[in-house]
Amino acid sequence: MLKHRLIPCVLLKDWQLVKSIQFDSFRTIGHPTATVRVYNARNVDELIVLDIDASLKHEEINTEIISDMADECFMPLTIGGGIEDIDGIYKVLNAGADKISINSKAIENPEFIRQSSRIFGSQCIVCSIDAKKVNGQYRVFNKKKGLMDIDPLMLAKEYEAMGAGEILLTSVDNEGTQKGYDLELLGLFKDKLKIPVIINGGMGKPAHGFDAIKNGADALAAAYIFHFSQYTPAQIKEELHQSNIPVRIDFLQMG
Amino acid sequence: MSDNTIAIIDYSMGNLRSVEKAFQKIGADAVITHDHDIIKRADKIVLPGVGAFKEGMDNLRQLGLIDLLNREVIGKQKFFLGICLGMQLLGSKSYEMEETPGLNWIKGDVVRFSSEKLKVPHVGWNNITITNPNVLFEKIPDQTDFYFVHSYYFESGTQGAATLTNYGIDFVSSVNRDNIFGCQFHPEKSQKFGLEILKNFAKLTT
Repeated sequence: MLKHRLIPCVLLKDWQLVKSIQFDSFRTIGHPTATVRVYNARNVDELIVLDIDASLKHEEINTEIISDMADECFMPLTIGGGIEDIDGIYKVLNAGADKISINSKAIENPEFIRQSSRIFGSQCIVCSIDAKKVNGQYRVFNKKKGLMDIDPLMLAKEYEAMGAGEILLTSVDNEGTQKGYDLELLGLFKDKLKIPVIINGGMGKPAHGFDAIKNGADALAAAYIFHFSQYTPAQIKEELHQSNIPVRIDFLQMG
Repeated sequence: MSDNTIAIIDYSMGNLRSVEKAFQKIGADAVITHDHDIIKRADKIVLPGVGAFKEGMDNLRQLGLIDLLNREVIGKQKFFLGICLGMQLLGSKSYEMEETPGLNWIKGDVVRFSSEKLKVPHVGWNNITITNPNVLFEKIPDQTDFYFVHSYYFESGTQGAATLTNYGIDFVSSVNRDNIFGCQFHPEKSQKFGLEILKNFAKLTT
């Protein structure tokens, strides 16, 4: 049986790992390579690393740091932030990433998803959508353009049609709050897509993961809970397992 | 006369560095190459790859690797491991985009998951059921989870099926025929037990 994945999502800013709250107030939480080494030792299912400044600053992606992280990583590694063209994807993949996450570029030019998924395969292309609730309606939020008059589900369907392999759906309102995933947002996506949805933003305890999966999430991304709580990925999965959610726990028995 | 190396075949189908890194991690001498001389000297061959079946076969052909692989793997019986697309290419044919013949080392067809009920690609960790144990699964408990990312699969009933995995249907998640091994999952991305499989492959001796 396919397992629900628990994916630490870490943010890179000025080559440091940081954590944000509602996309603001960044705190430095450590060195990227050391952090990846810890996650690898903890046998997490996957890792997402987003360079949050790259697309704002039009900076080249730091492939050296990606390569250092990939050397420590024997699980799938998704890298996002600042990918502007096909050549950028080549660089990130050659540095050792398995998938790339695209946000701003996809909003600007959805055709880019079609091009990149044709070249690299859908499995490689994760489309990231940030959503915010305004006046009772969910709208796409973009760091460059701010709030946009785009429905997140419509955008996700467009990405899917263009060949995206997965959707990383982040709730701007819940991000960093530990109050739980945005279940209302998730509810809008339930059974609407043929590709997996990774929900992100708000996990504060294992029960939040249970709620999200029951509301249609295929995978759980989280950050805050790993940095500022006592929970380890293994403990969260153990609790999900106790609640009959299929998760990968065989590594717990391997000693 | 052969070097004690593993040739990781570079045929422009996806990222091969993670496979190389994984072999380095377990202390095996692996090199990414499409150089015929290096492949001839290597004592084992690994064919990784992600992407489309037809493009994979076309690329192998353009690099003159189909004949070479047939000589080295079928003729000289070198140990061979196909990973993901590299396993699918062992099959008789694939129906990805258009019907395309494969290397035909393993009798079986590669078909697409039905996306009516299932999310496709099949991505994430899924367990294997060992139906026909082979040396690669030494020290690997039955039902261990491995990392998968694929939209096409070998139908059950395929020759040499070693493990099955369920995703809507039971599909063949690894194969073995004599010196030829294949796994649909990514051992290089499956942490401890994945590295264990690569270790079991690296230590094979004739």
